[in-house]
Order: sequence, then structure tokens, then C-alpha cells
Amino acid sequence: MLNRGRNIEKGRVITRRMFILAAAKILLFAGISSRLYNLQISDREKYEILSDKNRIREWKTPPQRGVIVDNFNKVLASNDRVFQLHLILDEINDFDVTMFKIKNLIGLDQFQIKKLYKKKERLKPWDTLVVSDNLTWEQFSKINLYLHELEGAKPVLSTSRFYPYANDLVHIVGYVGDASPKDLQKPEIKENFVPGLKVGKYGIENSLEKILIGNYGIKRYEVNASGKRISQIDYIKERQGNKVNLTIDIEIQKYAQELLKGRAGSICAMDIYTGEVVAMASSPTYDPNKFTHGINEKDWQEIRNNPLKPLINKSIAGLYSPGSTFKPLVALAALEYGILDPNKTIRCKGHKHPYELYGVKYHCWKKEGHGYMKLRNAIKQSCDIYFYEMARLLGVDKLSIIAKRYGLGTNVLGDLYNDEKNGLVPNTKWKRRALEQSWYLGETVINGIGQGYIQTTPLQLCLMTAQIANGGYKIKPHIIKDDTINYKDVINKIKLDQSNFPLHERNYLDDINVEYYQRMYHKKSNINFVLDAMFGSTNEQYGTSYRSRYDDPKYQFAGKTGTSQVRRITDLDRELDLDTDQIEYKKRDHALYVAFAPYKDPRYALSVIIEHGGSGSKAAAPLASKLIKRIIDRHKLREQINNGNTSLA
Amino acid sequence: MLRERIQASNYSFLDKLKSIDYLLILLIIAIGSISVFAIYSTEGGKFSFYTKNHIIRLSIFFSLFLLLSFVRVSTWYKNAYLFYIIGLVLLITVLFFGISASGATRWINLYFLNLQPSELMKIAVIICFARYYHRIQSSDIQSYKFLIQPIILLIIPCYLVIQQPDLGTSILIAGSGIAIIWLAGLNIKYFVYSGLLLLVSLPFAISILKPYQKSRILTFFNPDRDPLGAGYQIIQSKIAIGSGGFFGKGYLKGTQSYLEFLPEKHTDFIFTLFSEEFGFLGSIILLFLYILLIYRIINVGLVSRSFFAKLYCFGFATAIFLYVFVNIAMVLGMLPIVGAPLPIMSYGGSSLLSIMLGLSIVMSCKIYNQEQISVY
Repeated sequence: MLNRGRNIEKGRVITRRMFILAAAKILLFAGISSRLYNLQISDREKYEILSDKNRIREWKTPPQRGVIVDNFNKVLASNDRVFQLHLILDEINDFDVTMFKIKNLIGLDQFQIKKLYKKKERLKPWDTLVVSDNLTWEQFSKINLYLHELEGAKPVLSTSRFYPYANDLVHIVGYVGDASPKDLQKPEIKENFVPGLKVGKYGIENSLEKILIGNYGIKRYEVNASGKRISQIDYIKERQGNKVNLTIDIEIQKYAQELLKGRAGSICAMDIYTGEVVAMASSPTYDPNKFTHGINEKDWQEIRNNPLKPLINKSIAGLYSPGSTFKPLVALAALEYGILDPNKTIRCKGHKHPYELYGVKYHCWKKEGHGYMKLRNAIKQSCDIYFYEMARLLGVDKLSIIAKRYGLGTNVLGDLYNDEKNGLVPNTKWKRRALEQSWYLGETVINGIGQGYIQTTPLQLCLMTAQIANGGYKIKPHIIKDDTINYKDVINKIKLDQSNFPLHERNYLDDINVEYYQRMYHKKSNINFVLDAMFGSTNEQYGTSYRSRYDDPKYQFAGKTGTSQVRRITDLDRELDLDTDQIEYKKRDHALYVAFAPYKDPRYALSVIIEHGGSGSKAAAPLASKLIKRIIDRHKLREQINNGNTSLA
Repeated sequence: MLRERIQASNYSFLDKLKSIDYLLILLIIAIGSISVFAIYSTEGGKFSFYTKNHIIRLSIFFSLFLLLSFVRVSTWYKNAYLFYIIGLVLLITVLFFGISASGATRWINLYFLNLQPSELMKIAVIICFARYYHRIQSSDIQSYKFLIQPIILLIIPCYLVIQQPDLGTSILIAGSGIAIIWLAGLNIKYFVYSGLLLLVSLPFAISILKPYQKSRILTFFNPDRDPLGAGYQIIQSKIAIGSGGFFGKGYLKGTQSYLEFLPEKHTDFIFTLFSEEFGFLGSIILLFLYILLIYRIINVGLVSRSFFAKLYCFGFATAIFLYVFVNIAMVLGMLPIVGAPLPIMSYGGSSLLSIMLGLSIVMSCKIYNQEQISVY
């Protein structure tokens, strides 16, 4: 019985203990359930995001750059097909072996190999290493031939920037290259950057990056734990950058570059009504295509060390004394202010009896002297003595008002080019502020012939000429097609206005701000006088550019030569009176020429500068003459395009 | 006593069939089927090696389970110590002739199956302890003389398993043994004291752990310590389960598993895969199936007359609970990662064999539930 009672007791203990355990089990299972609830219901979103992060990986695809076209829709900067070699890193077992094979196939040197190894270190294991972004066809076909032996190698057909007119446009269009850390700080690049994307380095490529760069695409892949792509989930297509339409006529630009070949200098041409820059050549030049895939050291040194400075866009960043090309404007200023009667006669007596002011002698360029001169003749034959006297009477401050109004001393194209120079139109205020000296009358005298402190860019001279040639109206120079300008309206407005009567609501002789397409002159007759004198300078005997004239009224043009000294002319030089060829290059004068054409119904203005070219009439005017013919021949075509007839393109 | 024996032997076959716990069989079939689907999913929906093997093993071991269910419970009782000795011998064999995988020596190559004796030891300890406490008078249970024996019996296999090394299985073996000691009625104070002692000695215990075991425990407390190394499994497992949501990602659509982010997905992390594809709902249902299974086993114990059967059933139920709890808590990041398969669900022959063996003893307890077993 005792045994039995004990047994019953034992059974009870076991059952009781079991229930205690069961209760514990229920508690623990409840714990598991609540944990499941936490993970799967409360925190579901968090883990869903983590799961997607695990399985979805994005690859950005580079956008194509917007194309740049000229006025006639000819492509100036395109996206050309290039052959590239990519290495998919996660498909490679032995990187060294693969590199060795590739090195032998396409002939990489030790330096390039080192660079690739460095590049690889910065990449993630599933990234793509671009071994070469520009293979030749031979290299590319060799790679394809041995592809089965190259693990992870991927021959890729891609696009890269190509400039079909290479040297002819580099100063305008610029070039692209790999983004530097500084480039990556620009918001438009930062937002759209994809590794390997080329960005604008110079010129329009650089300043219009926002328009040209486009938007990258995104390819979303599902990947497994080792990073291998399983399937493509999503592809947001990249958007090509927008087109940029220039006002340049590539035919004229090409011709201008050709004319400048072998010399240092610039040619600018502009529509005198619309302000469209038709050509803006700078010489010497270089090939922008060399920069796209990184320029090699030898080419770079060649460009950098060229004494003629190809890297400088001389049209907007070259500063020159305007020399005699400034004279029409000096004459205009004197007439506008009523300083002198154009019939006033001054005698130029040659080097033996120079102009004298407070004991300082000022010589005319012509050794024998011009004799008795009236204003028209003084412009036509470019007599310095007449202008010394006129400038003295006018004063530098009045002259500077007119010079600035007609486009000198400020940059022409706004902030399109960050290397564009302002130039300098001096006045007494400027000198006091900048040099802390007072103005000397002698400085006014030489300022009258475009020497001294005055500094202009070729494009400014072109603009000055254009704004005189269009009858004295302010225009808006531009190089990017501006859809907001209705060219027909602008031309009609200026052509119909040309008022002879002074407008009394504003005093044109004050330093006023003139709106675009508004008159800048005081008296119409003064403008006409200057234009007529410029006609004489080119088309009449004894005119300085008489030899470059056209008799055909279709091409007939008017202009003004200029020869700007790069150093002071000493008495010794005058005695020697050497020919240009006999002088050391660096010491030769700059040759300048400004002109507008056709004379009867002017439409284009241009400026030519040949650095150290000698005299304007010999070195610069003949080039202008040739270019003018070309521009006028193409005028009809241009007119049709600008009036909306795009079928010609 | 003799009468009872005759009575037991007089069970007709029909009686035996009648007293089978069909719900228990249904539960085993249900969990077994789920496991086939889950393993099929780990192979990305291809009927291939693992799925095939799992189905073959399931059917063989299930048949074995049915067959062994008809073995008399007294036969199990008589051979209880023998099982323990066989288990021990196998464990020692592993020590000398075992085959290794990923740094651990746990298996014996039987050509048709790589047997993992530690898995069998889980059952052997339960059956051995059930027999041991069956015969001990309740008055003797508290005495040191009778306490020291089971402790030695427990320490030997645990030590051998730790040497393999396999901390998880060792803990589970110890857990099942301790559960039976608890059921037998050992005074609570022993459990309290030894619990305290364990807590105090924990720092020393950790210091003698293998470096990988240490790192597992450290990563348990902070999985982000080494997200690509030791913490990887638990982070990925939590992501998989959490991203499953309420309804799951759908069968065969668990991205974490088919994109191979999930490690050990057909063994220890099978629950993670299931939970990712079937969500909270599926997980709770699976959990419920396990609760039912445990309940049915306990129920067999309750209707059994002999202490042996009671102790065994309650012990085995607790063991099943421990396996399920440790495995799920582990994949949920509630416990450190120790190798512990989910019963029936996980791919693995030995684990499946031992569970089926254990269940057949439960079933035999059910069929012969009126059988009295003499103490001697």
C-alpha cells in the first residue's frame, strides 16, 4: 500500500511538473510569436527596404551629349562611335593574367598598366573597369578575335565627343575631357554625373554644360548575393543633352581660319543688325579631339609651348591697341560733340616738323607728311597729325563716353566665355583710380590714334564697326541662336528708324545707357560722314586700303586700316625706316583692319587682326577683302535660314 | 504483475490500430509535406538533389516510424540503457573515425547515410533517463546518490559532443536530460542553485569557448559588429523574415533565398525561407502545428499508465519544444546562432531519423498505454 501511495504521489509530481513546463513552453512560444509580429508586421517596411537594397542594384548609364550645330544646322560637335574595352571585374578570376593578355594584345605600356591598377583599386568588385575608351579598329578586332581567352572582357561600342571641324572651331566650341574634382562641384555636373562621363572643359562645351549634359539613365538589376546580375527589372532611359545652335557659319569660319593659317591673329564677322557672330576665328589653333580621351604629354607640350599661343582665343581674350581703326570713332565723337568743323584744315608736315605739345613731339606715320588735310581726308589717309589735334580739342573723357557706347571696353558675349577680356577705354577718372595719377594731355593725344592705354579685343572692334555701319544703333551681339529675337523685326526697326532729327528727351552726349536696337547717335549726318570717309579710305585713290577694294557694288565695302605699335618708336627707328621683314618678329606692329559690307546696303561688319603682321593695309585688309566676298556670297542662304526656311539645312 | 503482462500481450491487432493516435500521424504528415515544399523552394523550384533525398528519407523514416510504433513499450524500456550505450559508442567512434565538414567532426560514414550520432543521442538520453527515473522511488529522488548518476550520464555525451564541436546539439541534449530530471520531481532549489552557478561561471565558460563560438555569441548581442562575417547570417535572416510581411512574398518568390543571400537555407534556416514566402500567417500556422504535435505527445503521456511512458513522452515533448524554440528563436535573432535544426522541416537524415525514432516510441506508448512496466 505504501508503495502504491508513493506511486500515486510520483505520478502527481510528474504531471504537475509537466504542466509547469507546458506553461513555460506556452510563454516562450508567445515570445516567438510576438517577435514574429515585430519583424513581419511592425517593422515590415524597414526589412522590405533592406531586402530590396540587397537584391536590387543600380547601374547608371551615361547620357549622350547634346550636339552643337552651326547656323545651317551643320553638326560641329557630334557623338561619334568609338570602340572601347571594358572589364567586368566580378567575372575575372585572375586579374593579373587578364591584364597581361590584354597588354600584349593592344599594346599598353607600363605607365598605362599602372594607371589601370590604380583605377581598379577604387572600383567595387562588381564594377566595370574601362581599359580603353578609344581603341583603334585593329585593336578592337584583335580583342574580338581572342575574346574567348579573355575572361570578363567586354568589347563595347560606345559614343564619344567628336569635332568634325577639329581645329576650325576649338576656341568657340571648346572641348570635353574627364571631370576633375573641381568640375564635380558644379551642380549641373554633380546631378548628372556617371563615372566615365566626359564634361565640358572649355568654351561652349563648358559654359553651356547645363544644356548639353543631358540626364543619365538607370538600369536596375536584380542581383544575387555574389553580385551577379540575374535579371533586369527597370530601365529608365538616359536623355540626350539638348542641341545648341550657333550663329556661326562653319563655311565662313573655316575660310577665316584658313586665311589666318601660319599667322597669329583673329578674324571676327558679325551681322550689323542682328548681332549674330558669323565667324570668330583665332589663330593658331589646335585639335579639340585630342582632349576627349586625355591629351598625351607630347601634344600638350607642343600646344603649350607654341610661342604664338594657340590656347588663347585671340578674338575675345587677345588685347590690342586699336590703332587707326579707332579713328572713325574719334572723328564721330568730335563731330557729335561739335568740337570741330569737318572742313577745318590741318597741315601734316612729315617727320621734320612733327606735332608738338609742351615740347613733346608726336609724329605722323607718313614720313613725308600728308600736307593740308580736312577731316574726311584725314580718315581716308589715316593722318595722325589731324587726330592728335582733334583728340586734344575733344578731350579723353568725351571720347571715352562714345567709345564705350559703341562697344569698346566691355566684354561682348556676356558670361558665355570666362576667358573673355573687358579691354580698357581710359579716361581721367579711370587713371586716377587705377594708377592714382592725373591724366596728361599727351596721353589724350596718342589716345586719338588708338594708342596708349586703350586696349580692345578684336570682337569689340567688330562690334564697334557694326554699330557705326548700321547707322549708330545698339545691337545685341551673340553667338548662340536666340529664339527670342525676331530678326526681321529687328532689321526693319533699325532700317526704318534712322532718324535725322535729334530726339530731345535724351541728351546723347551724356554718359547714358542705351537700350538694344535704339539709336546711339546725336546727329545722323555725323554717322553718315564717318561712313563716307571709310568708303573713301577703301575705294578712293590714296585711301589706305585702296588696293583691297571691289568695284562690283555687290561686294563693295568700306573700312579702316590700323597699325598698332607694340613698343615705342624711337628716333633711331624713324631714321632706319625698316621694312616689316627686317624687324624682329616680336617687335613688328600688329596689323588691323575693320570693315563693313556691302557699302550700299551694309549687312556685315568684320575685324581682322594679324599679330606682328606689319601694316594694316598690307597684312590685314587683303584678308578682309577675301572674306567679305565669301560672306556676301552666302548671304542669301543665311537669310533664307534665318527667315524660317530650314529646308536648306 | 504477471497478469498484466499477459493482458498486454493480449492486445489484438485491431485494438492496436484503434489506439493509434491518428491526429499525431496527421500532424507528422502535414509538417513533413510542408518540409518537402520548403526544400523544393530552397532549390529555386527545381526538383533536384535535396528535394529528392528529403522525400526518400521522409518516406523511409516514416515507414520505419509506423513499423516501430508496434514495438512494445516494455521492449523500449528494456533496451533503454542499450540505446544509451550504443549512442555513446557511436559518439566515441566519431571522435576517432568521424568525417569532418566545415571544421567540425560530427558524422560517421555509413555509405548510404552520414550518421550524426549526436542527433541519436538526443533521444537516447531521454529514453535512458525515463527508464532511470521510472524505477526510482519518489523518496529517493532528492538523494545525492541517485542524483549523481544521471548527471554523469549527461555530462559524458555532452562533453563528447562539445568536442566535435557542436555546442547547439550539446545544449539540446543537456536540456532534454535536465527536463526529465525536472519532471521526475527533483527539488526546485537544485535548479535554482545550478542556474545561479551557471550564471556566475558564464564568463569563465565563454573564455574556454572556441573563437568562432565566441564571435557567434558576441554577434548575437550586436549583429552589426561584423555584418559581412559572423553577423551576416542573422542580419540576412531577419531581413528575409521581416520583408515577408503578413502574407509573405509568395511560394518560390522569396528573393532572399533564391538570390542566395540566405545561408544554410535548407537546414538551420529553413524556417526563414518558409517565413519569407508565407509571411506571418504561414509562420503562425507552422508554429501552431508544432504546438499541436507537442500537445499530442503530452497527451499520450497523460493517458499512459507507466512512469516510463509518462516521463518519456513529457521529456520528448519538451525536447521537441526545445528544438523548435531554439531553432526559431535563433533565426529570429533572439538566441545566438548555434547549429540546431528544425524538427522534420530541416534537411538532414540523422535529425529526421532521431525525431521519427522518438515519435515511434511515443506512438508505442500510445498503443500500449495500459501496459504496466515492472520496476525490475
